[in-house]
Amino acid sequence: MTLPVFDTREDPGPNFMNLLIKSGLGPFEPLAGVASELPSKGITFPHGTTIAALRYAEGIVIAGDRRATEGNFIAHRRIEKVFAADKYSAVGIAGAAGPAVEMVRLFQTQLEHYEKVEGVNLSLEGKANQLSQMIRANLTMAMQGLVIVPLFAGWDLQRKVGRIFTYDVTGGRYEEVAYHAIGSGGKDARTTIKLGIKEGMTRAEGVSLAIAALYEAADEDSATGGPDLVRGIYPIVATVDRNGFSRLADAEVATASQEVISTKSSAGGSQ
Amino acid sequence: MTVPFYVAPEQVMKDRADYARKGIARGRSLIGTIYKDGILVAAENPSRSLHKVSEIYDRIAFAGVGKYNEFDQLRVAGIRHADTKGFTYSRDDVDARSLANVYAQYLGQVFTHEMKPLEVEILVAELGTDDSPSQLFHILYDGTVMDESRFTVLGGDSESISERFGAEFQPDWTLEVALRTAVRALAGPDRTLTARDLEVAVLSKNNGRRTFDRLGPSALEGLLQDR
Repeated sequence: MTLPVFDTREDPGPNFMNLLIKSGLGPFEPLAGVASELPSKGITFPHGTTIAALRYAEGIVIAGDRRATEGNFIAHRRIEKVFAADKYSAVGIAGAAGPAVEMVRLFQTQLEHYEKVEGVNLSLEGKANQLSQMIRANLTMAMQGLVIVPLFAGWDLQRKVGRIFTYDVTGGRYEEVAYHAIGSGGKDARTTIKLGIKEGMTRAEGVSLAIAALYEAADEDSATGGPDLVRGIYPIVATVDRNGFSRLADAEVATASQEVISTKSSAGGSQ
Repeated sequence: MTVPFYVAPEQVMKDRADYARKGIARGRSLIGTIYKDGILVAAENPSRSLHKVSEIYDRIAFAGVGKYNEFDQLRVAGIRHADTKGFTYSRDDVDARSLANVYAQYLGQVFTHEMKPLEVEILVAELGTDDSPSQLFHILYDGTVMDESRFTVLGGDSESISERFGAEFQPDWTLEVALRTAVRALAGPDRTLTARDLEVAVLSKNNGRRTFDRLGPSALEGLLQDR
């Protein structure tokens, strides 16, 4: 490798994705060629499923189940689909697991690269727009079935508020007011949050509601994994507030999950 | 047809080196040193926004003296090199030695082939792990690389600063002691430097994944205050 120094007119600026393209390492083009050859049906690859995010008094809680499926098979039981994008934001992914995890890696590098080159952080909206552009760059692959739909949430340092953004497959970006859930179990998770959400919830209430949402999603959707008490596998839960991203310890999620389960069983709902 | 004057290659190189050294000598110096929990880089820099010291990667910092636009271009190129490597391979595969080598190649190339050499001296510092010691790569305008394991001084007045600093150097000193010594060495016998004249950053073992930390004015004043 030589030192990547560019002519002033060719300079990619603080944009890491442009840098990769200029260096001939563009993350989307070479695969797009392969993707056009793919049959749209008949090959299977792991899919990630449900991600839920909601706003509580001091920030955002984002949670994802741990299952990836290939058709009707469980491909992975411990996959992680919620990541810190940078210090003040989180991203959760649903859809084709392989390219989605790769996109998260690119997104994380993109944000850190900007921060280091420019010496300042991107605004939360700037980060959300960057993700939008990446999803749009993936459109050719999405048309072949490699759909990636992330959910982005973070703390807006300028407005001092937690914000949630959702995307469609064309890179369309939509800001949600208080909550959203994506993936195959998203509808059930959304309904659960809709019924349980209140203004000014504490962090513990927010975490508990997010876990309950994933529980209900797993209850209705076979592709979403519920809490696995036998293996001790619980959802990934993280919060983003004024102090930044913080992932809950497994023990804390286990306790909160068991509380949700015991509330369900003590209510006696045999249906 | 006019015949160009013959100039001996020795003379060409000497002229270029003099030119680069003069440019570097106009700027202020900086010190990079090992301390107990990591690496400290202290630079004399009255500007709050035009940085001499910056983050390259998780455990790698960059510092430059001389012409700002030239070392800033090198800084950005270093970030690009490191981020591309970390993205293509893994974060663990990014190391200062290979970065120092590509810097040296580039500086050497410019020194011999371009109209004018770069008027910069740069430092690539890498925080060690339990298995590998911290390293300081000091790279000159002509691509010469020096590998230091204790401390290094960049800039015009480096010899006398180095003498003052070396006399007091201890490998296991605390951040506070190292910083105060560095500031005294930079200032020399006739001046005193305050927090406002300085830019200080560390690569510290206590900072998690991204070990680089720029010390803000209040932290700096706290460390420099007499008590």
